[in-house]
Amino acid sequence: MAQTMQFDLVSPERALASLQATSVQIPGADGDMTAMPDHAPTITTLRPGVLTVEGPDGTASYAVTGGFAEINAEGTSVLAEKAIATADITAEDIDALIATAKDAADTAAAENKDAAAKNLADMEALRAALNV
Amino acid sequence: MPSLKDLKNRIESVKNTRKITKAMQMVAAAKLRRAQDAAESARPYTERFNAVLGGLAASVGGSDSAPKLLSGTGSDQTHLLVVMTAERGLCGGFNSNIAKLARAKAEDLIAAGKTVKILTVGKKGRDAIKRDLGEHFIGHVDLTEVKRIGYENAQDIARDLLARFDNGEFDVATIFYAKFQNVVTQIPTAQQIIPAAFDAAEDEGATTLYDYEPSEEAILADLLPRGVATQIFAALLENGASEQGARMSAMDNATRNAGEMIDKLTIEFNRSRQAVITNELIEIISGAEAL
Repeated sequence: MAQTMQFDLVSPERALASLQATSVQIPGADGDMTAMPDHAPTITTLRPGVLTVEGPDGTASYAVTGGFAEINAEGTSVLAEKAIATADITAEDIDALIATAKDAADTAAAENKDAAAKNLADMEALRAALNV
Repeated sequence: MPSLKDLKNRIESVKNTRKITKAMQMVAAAKLRRAQDAAESARPYTERFNAVLGGLAASVGGSDSAPKLLSGTGSDQTHLLVVMTAERGLCGGFNSNIAKLARAKAEDLIAAGKTVKILTVGKKGRDAIKRDLGEHFIGHVDLTEVKRIGYENAQDIARDLLARFDNGEFDVATIFYAKFQNVVTQIPTAQQIIPAAFDAAEDEGATTLYDYEPSEEAILADLLPRGVATQIFAALLENGASEQGARMSAMDNATRNAGEMIDKLTIEFNRSRQAVITNELIEIISGAEAL
């Protein structure tokens, strides 16, 4: 049997998932990474994207927006600002997120413009990836 | 001496009041459970978040490049007080306790020669604060329409605060809310959120050495603004639970008082009725004797 680790996904409003996982694919700010048991302790920020969890009971995936992931000896915990299971996500949810991101990109001050534009692009990539 | 009819009306009206307060108490109890659940489920996020942020802050905090949200602007001349209260009354001393704490703090700061600005969340606090400290009042966040506090509400408030901070409108921000202890005790609390203050990081001896991706500074810069929203969200939820708890115990008291009043009035009513009967009897007897 493959080794497993504890995986937690929490959003500010509630805990979405707490289970054993064999690997977790995280959309990190500097690129995707996959965490498996005994990964080196890491903290990374998230970009909007799809988080995929593989466990003995199957695969689950969630659309997440900003936040961060903490990987340590005990397991992986992802603190996402907003997280929705991809099965439950609707086109309206994504459109609302994109609209907010667009708003932020349009109104952002010069020094934040790049970050806001990147956020918007990530959101749009997320929509394409989800194909809703 | 009130007439029998007056007393009867009085008793009826107090009975109606008791029905209303009883209903309010039960509604508050149901809402309290929901508010407590919400606060409960938000806790893991807040705790983890603060642990990570605290660790980062401890390692980056000392350097000169530390973000302003952590190290402050270098002065503490202008204070922003964010006073969070309920949108509704009839919850005992809940609103006035928070307002009182905020007012005391504001007076201290003014006496020390600082500039004070006040932002209110919740209608009741605004009304109380405006009366005495109207000239320091700079804004109000209206949550009247919000049925269930969501993270978005906290984010909106945080965004407003951060924009004001970036414009240099204040140096230090403190939030005022009531911490929920239990149904009868809510503790008005002041908590400084900008610059971020952390409880002395617990020394666990073997703190894990993390790889940071991107850099520690970049993560910290990304997380600090989120931290403001997280703290505001936690405070809003605490406040929500406290409000319902306070209302529940206030309405419980009111119901009990109404019951006592009804008993008292009923005794008075029975006495007057008996007095009337006795009077009539005396009249009849003395009438009969006179014949």
